Amino acid sequence: MAGITVLIVDDSSVMRKIVERALRQAGLDLSRVVEAGSGSEGLEALSRDRADLIVSDINMPSMDGLEFLRQLQSRGLARGAPVVMITTESGEEHVREALAAGAQGYIRKPFTPDQVRDRVLPLLPPA
Amino acid sequence: MGTGTVDGRAPGKIDTTRFEEFLDRATDEVFSTMLGSHCTPAEAAPPSDSGAISAVIGLAGAMSGSLVLHASSGVACRIAARMTGLEPETVDALVRDAIGEVCNMIAGAWKGFDAVLASGCLLSTPTVVAGTSYEVFSQRAPVRIERHYGFEEMRLTVTIFCEV
Repeated sequence: MAGITVLIVDDSSVMRKIVERALRQAGLDLSRVVEAGSGSEGLEALSRDRADLIVSDINMPSMDGLEFLRQLQSRGLARGAPVVMITTESGEEHVREALAAGAQGYIRKPFTPDQVRDRVLPLLPPA
Repeated sequence: MGTGTVDGRAPGKIDTTRFEEFLDRATDEVFSTMLGSHCTPAEAAPPSDSGAISAVIGLAGAMSGSLVLHASSGVACRIAARMTGLEPETVDALVRDAIGEVCNMIAGAWKGFDAVLASGCLLSTPTVVAGTSYEVFSQRAPVRIERHYGFEEMRLTVTIFCEV
């Protein structure tokens, strides 16, 4: 998929940059990267412009990633964009909860670009 | 009627005998994957430094406690540089963020090795302390596991304080 817009939601600016780098190394052509430091910032960003891909952490202060996901779905802000959770939580219950809340993918930190490619590319329309 | 065990232990029982092994594996996994350098157990503690930084991740649920990553300012700047491609010269917001995230990932990877902890132990967001001449204590932690590690000829310490 050529020239996509990605929204990266993580309270760590370092992780947002690492996720962006991993997406590029995975072969994604990112024409625009929108960063949000919290779930509420992410919702605000999506209320202004749509994204082609949404990547979010789970453990964040104030609004965690699961609540962000639920609000995303209830307010219709995903607009068909796949949502991938990137998180330190690895338990089966956490994965099930995220998928039940509307995530299409789940990647555990630490991650390699290959892992990002394998989980994210199949979710996007072919170029 | 059988007692029903999981891997030879009662369901819900946390096996603390492997915590050290899990910590070694988790630390190396995080450093190898995210920094491109191995981080392996070292015998000696890191030299004391006039400036240091500690990241703390709280543990709650199936187990109470914390996981603490402690490093000198120089080691912390190097870790941040390897993660970001930038070259911080002092412990600034970027370095504090990077150390917090490394500690977060070590804690997550560590608990992921135990099925009970993986699903039943929650992690806090990172707290980072930077400065000189301080120590980190846990008030109620009968279990303390401290490991020293070598990373690119430098050393750091990861400590688990916990009560199971």
